[in-house]
Amino acid sequence: MEQKSNGLMGWIDARYPATKTWEKHLAKYYTPKNFNFWYFFGSLAFLVLVIQILSGVFLTMFYKPDTALAFQSVEMGIMRDVEWGWLIRYFHSTGASAFFIVIYLHMFRALLYGSYKKPRELIWIFGMLIFLALMAEGFMGYLLPWGQMSFWGAQVIINLVSAIPFVGEGLGIWVRGDFVIGDATLNRFFSLHVAAIPLILVGLIFAHIVALHEVGSNNPDGVEIKKNKDANGIPLDGIPFHPYYSVKDIVGVIVFLMFFSIVVFFMPEMFGYFIEHANFEPANPLKTPEHIAPVWYFTPYYSVLRAVPSIAGSAFPGVIAMGASIVVLFFLPWLDRNPVKSIRYRANWYKALLAIFVVAFIILGILGTLSPTDGRTLLAQICTVYYFAFFLLMPIYTKFEKNKPVPERVTMK
Amino acid sequence: MSADAVDNSKRRFLVSATTVVGAVGAGFVAVPFVKSWNPSARALAAGAPVLADISKLEEGQMITVEWRGKPVYVLKRTDDNMKDLASDVDMLADINSDMSKQPEYCKNVGRSYDKHTKVSVMEGVCTHLGCAPKYVPDLNNPYAGALGSDWKGGFFCPCHGSIYDLSGRVYKSMPAPTNLPVPPHVFKSDTVILIGQDGSNA
Repeated sequence: MEQKSNGLMGWIDARYPATKTWEKHLAKYYTPKNFNFWYFFGSLAFLVLVIQILSGVFLTMFYKPDTALAFQSVEMGIMRDVEWGWLIRYFHSTGASAFFIVIYLHMFRALLYGSYKKPRELIWIFGMLIFLALMAEGFMGYLLPWGQMSFWGAQVIINLVSAIPFVGEGLGIWVRGDFVIGDATLNRFFSLHVAAIPLILVGLIFAHIVALHEVGSNNPDGVEIKKNKDANGIPLDGIPFHPYYSVKDIVGVIVFLMFFSIVVFFMPEMFGYFIEHANFEPANPLKTPEHIAPVWYFTPYYSVLRAVPSIAGSAFPGVIAMGASIVVLFFLPWLDRNPVKSIRYRANWYKALLAIFVVAFIILGILGTLSPTDGRTLLAQICTVYYFAFFLLMPIYTKFEKNKPVPERVTMK
Repeated sequence: MSADAVDNSKRRFLVSATTVVGAVGAGFVAVPFVKSWNPSARALAAGAPVLADISKLEEGQMITVEWRGKPVYVLKRTDDNMKDLASDVDMLADINSDMSKQPEYCKNVGRSYDKHTKVSVMEGVCTHLGCAPKYVPDLNNPYAGALGSDWKGGFFCPCHGSIYDLSGRVYKSMPAPTNLPVPPHVFKSDTVILIGQDGSNA
């Protein structure tokens, strides 16, 4: 790493690794030259994080975490009285759904190109922890407007805790801080949502990127570019992240912001998927809405929960299944035994299995927004079995996979 | 003892002793933070018993009172209802409420006091995931499709479709595992019930 020895930068570099950090992570971070569409979503996730923090900080200035005031401070205060408050609120509510869209696509990219495989297992695990923190953030944030769906959604989820045998009931009361979701619950969720979890998120994202920059980015061919270096030790198929990908990512940012703006300005509720209709009524503990469904990004796991019938008088097995459907993802780097990373060089039948997995995941998501009937429950059960089979049988079926030859260098398809 | 010789075993002992003492300290410091999440004194006081006046409750009607933030259903059933409850037991998962939560004096067909057998008091909290089941006395409601044509009245949970009879007993193979809980309650007179406190005037 060269450092300037004179001028203002020289003075700073002698005291702080400014140029060194800039070069290590941007100007001399060598990135595979064959990135495609799927590689936009990492930087987009970072953009959404910035949108959420900025809009969240301003919402916190006008929001009141008190069951008597919360609904009014959102629907009257922020949405009507505060200048441009509606826009800041819709940035934040649309940002929450955008975060999950971007993250799901980012995770799917990892599935396509085997980005979770050696030596990137820790990047995947940090990523999964980010995903968990994000789910906690989304869940707690949804309680804050104190609408009907805020209340009843939280009621259903906190009761999952109460389904744990023996300790569940006490644990549920401890989490709520009351016998029912109330002021105590709202206050602690507010604190966790605006302070604790964002801090954890930022820390995890830092670790995610440090791990990524240590081993280098994967690419659509799944070829390690560090294996082929020139005389200066620079990967032959690598180009500096800045300016090549920083500029390319700006294109992604602009396209993303176009879609984001369309939603924010023309369909902020997204027909009841981003903000559910029942949430425009204040929370009422004595009146259950006709139909309770979590926000769309939780519905696949919610479907798994509902697909498992209660056993021996306990709803606990469903809770276990729902937890397992997320925990199993952590083990993905060790479940997939195929050494070939990219889907481009894997068997056609594996591509089909992955495609069916995506379909099953989407069906579970759709079913989770609907009320259950016998037929839908059966469909959810089939998809749940496929979901788990896809991952748990991986160590067996990936052994029999006939791969295509993997090129030595990246290709520019 | 020479200054530059390192005693590794002593160093290891000191490191582990410091770690253990530090961990114990951290454990003790965690207690107030964890305990702060328990219901406050105010929340505990708000959990006191409440009175329900049923002097105006007609047969077939139900009122909802709030106790500990939960809806408590007070339902007065008809003579026909009581006959159905005693006979239609094939479809129930926990006929005798063996796996369910209720005071001993309400562990019977009506899940009520013998003296006030028609009056049922139960928590309107689905034992699946805590939604409030809807009281559906007849088929004249949006859920009729899920209930079957020989419906004799009961409760339907709109969240996940659990069905209960008029004693809050859950049907077989429903998401809800057990019958609706009956809270402790006592009849102060024929028309006033104290919910949240046990009594022995059965």
